[in-house]
Amino acid sequence: MKRFLYELEESWRIAYAQMRSNLTRSTLTALGVIIGIVAVTLMGTAISGISVGFDKSMAVLGDDVLYVTQWPWKPVDDWWNYRDRKRIETEYAERINRIIAATPNSSLMVAVPTSSLMRSIKYGGNEVENVFTLGTTSDFTLTSTIDCKEGRFFNEIESRDGAQVVVIGYDVADVLFPSESPIDKSVLINGHLFKVVGVNSRQGTFLGLFSWDSMVAMPLAAFNKYFNLKNEVDVRGQNQNESDVRVKVKDKTKLAEAKDELMGIMRRVRGLPPEKKEDFSINEQQAFKSTLDPVKNTIAIAGLFITGLSLFVGAIGIMNITFVSVKERTKEIGTRKALGARRRTILLQFLIESTALCLLGGFIGLVLAYFMCFGIGKAFPSFPIQFSFGLVVASMIVSVLTGLTSGFAPAWTASRLDPVTALRYE
Amino acid sequence: MDARQSVRQLGPIVIDIENITKDYVMGEEIVRALRGVSLQIRRNEYLAVMGPSGSGKSTLMNMLGCLDTPTSGRYEFSGRNVKEMDDDELAAIRNREIGFVFQTFNLLPRANALRNVELPLIYAGMDPESRKERATQALTDVGLADRIHHKPNELSGGQRQRVAIARALVNNPSIILADEPTGNLDSKTGEEIMALLEDLYQRGNTIILVTHERDVATHARRTIHLRDGVVESDEQTFVPRLETVAAS
Repeated sequence: MKRFLYELEESWRIAYAQMRSNLTRSTLTALGVIIGIVAVTLMGTAISGISVGFDKSMAVLGDDVLYVTQWPWKPVDDWWNYRDRKRIETEYAERINRIIAATPNSSLMVAVPTSSLMRSIKYGGNEVENVFTLGTTSDFTLTSTIDCKEGRFFNEIESRDGAQVVVIGYDVADVLFPSESPIDKSVLINGHLFKVVGVNSRQGTFLGLFSWDSMVAMPLAAFNKYFNLKNEVDVRGQNQNESDVRVKVKDKTKLAEAKDELMGIMRRVRGLPPEKKEDFSINEQQAFKSTLDPVKNTIAIAGLFITGLSLFVGAIGIMNITFVSVKERTKEIGTRKALGARRRTILLQFLIESTALCLLGGFIGLVLAYFMCFGIGKAFPSFPIQFSFGLVVASMIVSVLTGLTSGFAPAWTASRLDPVTALRYE
Repeated sequence: MDARQSVRQLGPIVIDIENITKDYVMGEEIVRALRGVSLQIRRNEYLAVMGPSGSGKSTLMNMLGCLDTPTSGRYEFSGRNVKEMDDDELAAIRNREIGFVFQTFNLLPRANALRNVELPLIYAGMDPESRKERATQALTDVGLADRIHHKPNELSGGQRQRVAIARALVNNPSIILADEPTGNLDSKTGEEIMALLEDLYQRGNTIILVTHERDVATHARRTIHLRDGVVESDEQTFVPRLETVAAS
């Protein structure tokens, strides 16, 4: 054991001396690893960034909310079975709420209707087109993480009366009101004036998933009153208006139970006889996640594979240089063997040499990647980049493994050299 | 007392080979480098192995130095069967029992004299302090106390060979195996190295000298001539002084 330690120390010393005496060669070889590690590390940060952004977008959906919709949140092969389903009417929410109130120990808390359209919004000379316009009730704040930067969400009275008030997203506010506060100003939607009562704080967009930044919300009563939903037909002849009912549950650990209860309530609301299949879908965030996770994972695997190739090229460089090193020092290996170096000693010596080179490359690569992440984070604040300690550990482990695998073949060759042949080598 | 008798008195047998052969496969043909060599070498002998090139001199040296194993025959080193040893056991024997001195010195170019001499001790697993102490002592013994931190390229040829000899000595080996130790040196420096080997011999070391120079071989007490892979002659070339025999 002690001898092993001394041999290890000796090997490190040789590796250091070797790198110093062949500085150019070592640097160029390490460059391959540096590039590889930078590529892999950046990919890693991008992937974890995507993951974080994805989860952030998902959080908008809320993990304690059930969504009653016409279409399920997963790809379906038999779309014709869903197409002719009856719409989910916003009135269902009231009926569900009445049933919840009448049920003792209900696992549901409150039902919130939402109805949406794409609309243009104007203020003064500024206009934003195709804004996701949402009609809902004041209970909406219970089902979603809404955070007002200025003002407030519309209240219960405004909600009930169908007041002409609106809460606008950060990006919408930014375009319409570049230099003034939007609060108490009136914006024009569909030819009607709505007073701005609140502005959402910035949420950030990611992959075009849900974001409040480019939405506006108004009381459902006003929404239904001022927008003629029947005529909302797009170029394909389909009604653009979408409505659903979201139901907040009391205890998110009992989501399945709540789902069963909601299923029963909805069957009652729809008046379905027991033998008929339900003609609506109940979704939760988790279901949505599980359909998107494979996509996310595919991106991650493909990305890591492609960047992994550059690391592989770096590893080949290391292997090559270690072979050269073994060749150049054949006589030295012979001498060492004559002096009593065992196979293991020689193997270790060259493995450590290649590993040291990879570790050096990995370390430099990591430092570079850190600064690049920092730069990207500064340049594109919306891109959720994550540089973590786990990544540092992982890339160091990858460096060591690269060194060991790429150094193994040459080191093995060296350790098997016949001392007589090696000593005679010129 | 005849010469043979006095050799026997030198000490126990270190190397005992009997009828060893070594064949090499060179492409299509088999080269029979050794065709049956028997030899006994005792502690505190000073032996020269001579012969023209192609006589099997180098092959015999590789066998004696445990760098290679014979094709057939028996080889015992201090009573241990070398022919049966694996690579690591051979490495251990080379490390502890044999000190090599090469014609081309074979020092590690980037390591200073001290580190070069320490190398066998590292492989033997000695701790750093004792290692340094022993290596420094060995370098002092060969007259290089003031050169221990010099690198090989800062030393003269004779000094380099002294470092190599110190390295060969540092593990207190049973034999010192010197392969043409003066081959790369001018004659004056060569004489100095031979004087150093003589001194080591006087201090009780066993020395095997491989050379093709008669002048060099005359320093030895016993000379073996090889020709075509067999021992042609084995004779005492220098009658050992009796006081040396008595002392050992």
